[in-house]
Amino acid sequence: MTMRILARLFQVFGTNKTSWVGLALFVAICAMALLAPWIAGTDPLEQDIIAKLRPPSAEHWFGTDEFGRDVYARLVWGARISLSVSISAITLALVVGGTIGLVSGYVGGRFDMLVMQVMDILLSFPALILGLIIVALLGPSQANLIVAIALTALAPFARIARAPTLIVKERQFVEAGRALGFGHGRILFVHVLPNIVSEVLVMASLWMATAVRVEASLSFIGLGVRPPTPTWGGMIRDGFENILDAPWLCIYPGLAILALIFSLNMLGDGLRDATDPKLRGE
Amino acid sequence: MTDPVLTVRGLRKHFATGGGLSRAAAVTVRAVDGIGFEVGAGEAFGIVGESGCGKSTAGRAILRLIEPDAGEVVYRGQDVRAASGAALRALRRKLQIVFQDPYSSLNPRRSIGRALAEPIEVHGIAGSAQEVRARVASLLEEVGLPADAAERYPHEFSGGQRQRIGIARALSVEPELIVADEPVSALDVSIQAQVLELMRRLQAQRGLSFVFIAHDLGVVRYFCQRVAVMYLGRIVEMGTAAELFGDPLHPYTRMLRDASPVPDPALRGRMPRIEGETPSPANPPSGCHFHPRCPHAMPACRERYPEETRVGGRMVACHLHSPSGG
Amino acid sequence: MIWYVAKRLLAAMPTLVAVLTVVFVIVRIIPGDPALTVLGDQATPQALAALREKLGIDKPLLAQYFDFITAALTGDLGRSLVSGRPVIQEVVAVLPHTLDLTISSLVLGTALGVPLGVWAALRRNRLADYVIRIVSLVGLSFPVFVSGIFLLMVFSLHYRLFPVIGTSNLADLGDRTWKLVLPTITLGLVMVAYITRVTRSAMLQVLSEDYVRTARAKGVPARLVIRRHALRNALIPVVTVVGLYLGINIGNSVLTEIVFNRPGLGKVIVTALNQRDYAMLQGLMVIYCFLIVVTNLLTDLAYGLIDPRVKQA
Repeated sequence: MTMRILARLFQVFGTNKTSWVGLALFVAICAMALLAPWIAGTDPLEQDIIAKLRPPSAEHWFGTDEFGRDVYARLVWGARISLSVSISAITLALVVGGTIGLVSGYVGGRFDMLVMQVMDILLSFPALILGLIIVALLGPSQANLIVAIALTALAPFARIARAPTLIVKERQFVEAGRALGFGHGRILFVHVLPNIVSEVLVMASLWMATAVRVEASLSFIGLGVRPPTPTWGGMIRDGFENILDAPWLCIYPGLAILALIFSLNMLGDGLRDATDPKLRGE
Repeated sequence: MTDPVLTVRGLRKHFATGGGLSRAAAVTVRAVDGIGFEVGAGEAFGIVGESGCGKSTAGRAILRLIEPDAGEVVYRGQDVRAASGAALRALRRKLQIVFQDPYSSLNPRRSIGRALAEPIEVHGIAGSAQEVRARVASLLEEVGLPADAAERYPHEFSGGQRQRIGIARALSVEPELIVADEPVSALDVSIQAQVLELMRRLQAQRGLSFVFIAHDLGVVRYFCQRVAVMYLGRIVEMGTAAELFGDPLHPYTRMLRDASPVPDPALRGRMPRIEGETPSPANPPSGCHFHPRCPHAMPACRERYPEETRVGGRMVACHLHSPSGG
Repeated sequence: MIWYVAKRLLAAMPTLVAVLTVVFVIVRIIPGDPALTVLGDQATPQALAALREKLGIDKPLLAQYFDFITAALTGDLGRSLVSGRPVIQEVVAVLPHTLDLTISSLVLGTALGVPLGVWAALRRNRLADYVIRIVSLVGLSFPVFVSGIFLLMVFSLHYRLFPVIGTSNLADLGDRTWKLVLPTITLGLVMVAYITRVTRSAMLQVLSEDYVRTARAKGVPARLVIRRHALRNALIPVVTVVGLYLGINIGNSVLTEIVFNRPGLGKVIVTALNQRDYAMLQGLMVIYCFLIVVTNLLTDLAYGLIDPRVKQA
C-alpha cells in the first residue's frame, strides 16, 4: 500500500517540474527547522547589547537585532514555529473538517444541507479576520494559534471531503457493507475513507500555504507565539520599528516566509494538476 | 409449496424527489406500490419487468437497504421490518444480496481476501485467523476462483470473475436467501451462462433460496421456478415460470414474452414490438397502469385498478380475467 | 433587473442572520468568560460582575442571542469599552479609507489580471505563459505585510518617491490618491496574481468549447472570437473569484493599514485588540459580516449582468 502511494507520487511528480522544485524547497526548509540546534550556530535568545543592530557580516550572516541577537539563528529556529504551527493546524483541520465532510456527505439529506450551509458561512469569512478574532478572544498561545488557524481551514476540508463521499457512498460496495451487517462507523472509516484520502491530502498541501501566511500575519500583528520565542512574523514586527536603520531585520524573515509559501504553492499546484486531469496546466 | 422462507405482503416504497429543504416542489414516485409474494425453501423466485418498474427497489426494501414505507416482510416467522440492533444483524446474515454492477460492488482499495474475511470477522463466524483464511480459501474454491485471488485487488479481475467474488462475499456469512439484483445483465452472454450455472449449483448444494431480479426473460425462465411480472410498482401476474411464459394471461406478460428473443427460427418475424414507452412511476396512468399500451384496453381499464384474481395456480391483475370485469 | 435585485436582497437576509449566528457562536461560546479575558485574573468579582452586566452576558444564552441579533439588525453595535463612543461612529469615521484601499486594489487587480490571464491563455505553454504563471505564483505567495514592507523600503525609504505615513486628508483628492498608491499596489499585487490565474484557466476552458471551435472554423477572426465569444464566458468564474477575494482583500487590508500606518478598519481592529475592547471587537465582527454579505450580493448582481441565464432563473 505505502509502496503504491510512493509509486504514484513519483509518477505524478515525474511529469511536473514545478512540483519537484516546490518539494525540494519545502524539504530544505523542513530540514533547516529539524537541524536548527546544529546549524543555527548561536543561541537565538542570547542578547549582546554591544553588538546590536549590526548589519550582515561574516560573524552575523544576516546581522543582529535591537537586542544584539543573531538574526540567522533566530531565522533558523523560527522555521520550527512556522512549520509546527501550520502543520498542526492543518492536521487538526484535516481530521476534524474531513470527518465533518465525510459524515455529512454520508448521512445526507437535511442534516447535510444544514452542515454545509454552516461551512459556507465559515468559508466566507476571510481567514485572517477569523483567526484574528479567535486568537484575540482565546488569548495568544501556541495552542490557541493552532486552534484558530485550524478553524479557518475547517470549511474547505469539510467541502473537499464531502464531494467524493457523495460519489463513493452510491457505489454498491457501500450498500453491500450494509447488507452484510457492517456498522456505519466501519463503512465510513474502513470503506469510504480510503477512497477519498487522496483528494483531501492534495487540499492539505494547498491550505498549508494559507496556514503559514495566517500564522505569519498573526505574529506580525502581535498575536503569534509570545516573545522571546523567535517567529518569522514576529521578527518582522520587531524589525519594522527599526526599518530605517536596519532593513535586514525585515528582509531576511520576509524572504523566508515567501520561500516557504512559494514552495507549498508550487507543490500543491503540481499535485492538483496531477490528480485532477481537468485542471491540467492551470 | 412447503412453509415459505420469505413472505412479503403489501410492500410499499414511495420516494419524494426534487424539493430540497422545502417540500413544495417534491414529487412522489411510487416505486413499489403494494406487492406481495412468497419464496419457498430452495426456490428461485423471479421478478421481471422493464427498467423503472420498481423491481430493484423491491429487492432492496426486502433487505431494508431502503426502508419500506408499509407492508410486511417475514423471514421464517420473524418480522424483518421490526428487527433492530443485534436481531437485524443476525437477519442480515441470513438474507444477502448480489449486485448488478461487478465494478462498483467491490471496494477497489481492498484485496479480495480482506473483502471476504471482513464479514466473517464482523459476525464472528470463525474462531481464529487461521480459520478465517481457511474459510476464504474454500469460498474462493466454491465459486471457481484460484486460491491466489485472495492476494489480489478487484481491478485485476474480469467482470465475470468479480461477479463470482460478489457471490462469494454474499456466501461468506452463510445466508439462506439471496436477493440477486440483475446479477448477470452486465456480463457478456457467454459469461452469463457460467455465472448462472454457478448460482444454480450453489442453490442445489447449499439449499439456497433466491429472489432473482431481471429484465431478461430468457435468464429468468432458465433460473427460476416461479416468477412475478412487475409493471409500475405492482405485480400484474405471478405463477410458475412454465405456465407464465407458456401461456401468459396478462397482456403485458405476453408482450414481454413476445418481445424477448426466441431460439426458434420458425417464430421469427411474428414478433410484435413492445409498443409505447413505460410511463413515469411519478405519474402513473389511471385505472390499470398498463391500459395506454394495452391492445385489449376496455373502458373499465381506465377507471379502476383490476383486482388480483386467481386463475388456476396463478395470480393475475387484469380486467380480462377478473370475475367482475370482461 | 429591479425584480432580480429585490429578490437577491431578500435572499440575503437569512444569510445575514446565519452569518451573525456564526459570529455569536464564535464570540460568545468559544472563549469562555469574556469578562475574565478583558479584565484578567486579578480582577475583583465585583468588577467582573459589573462588566458582565455591561456586556449583557449575565443573561441566559438564548436571551443573549436574540438581543445580539436584533441589535445587529437594527444597526445598534454597542459602545466601545475604551472611548465610550458608539462602535458605528468609530467605524464610519475610518470606513472611507478602507473602502478607498479595497476598491482601488480591486480595480488594479482586474485591470491588470484579466488581460494578463487572457494573454497567458492565448500563449499557452510558450514563454510568456510560463513567465506569467511563475510570477503570479510568486505574487500569490507574498503575505501582504511582507510585500508592503518591501515596497515601502524601496519606494519610500530608498528612493523617497512616496510618503511613509499614510494618513491622508480625505477632502484633498490629490493627497488622498497620492497616499493610496503604495498600499494599493501592495494589496493589488495579490489580486492581480489571483485574477490572472483564474482568468487564464477559465479562458483555456472556454477556448476548448465547441462553440469557440465552431466560430474559428467558420473563419471568424481570432480577435473577434476572443472578444465576442470567449471572454464574456470566461468572465463568469472570474467574477466568482473576485467576489470571494474581496473578502480576503478586506482581511489583507488590516495588514496593509498597519504597514503603511493608514487609518481604517484594520487599525481600529488592532487597537481594539490591544486595548481588549471586547464590545468594539464584537461590533467590528458584525460590520465584517455586513461587508461579507454585501460582497456576496454584489457578486450575485455582477453575475446577472454578465450571464443572462442567471436573471431568468
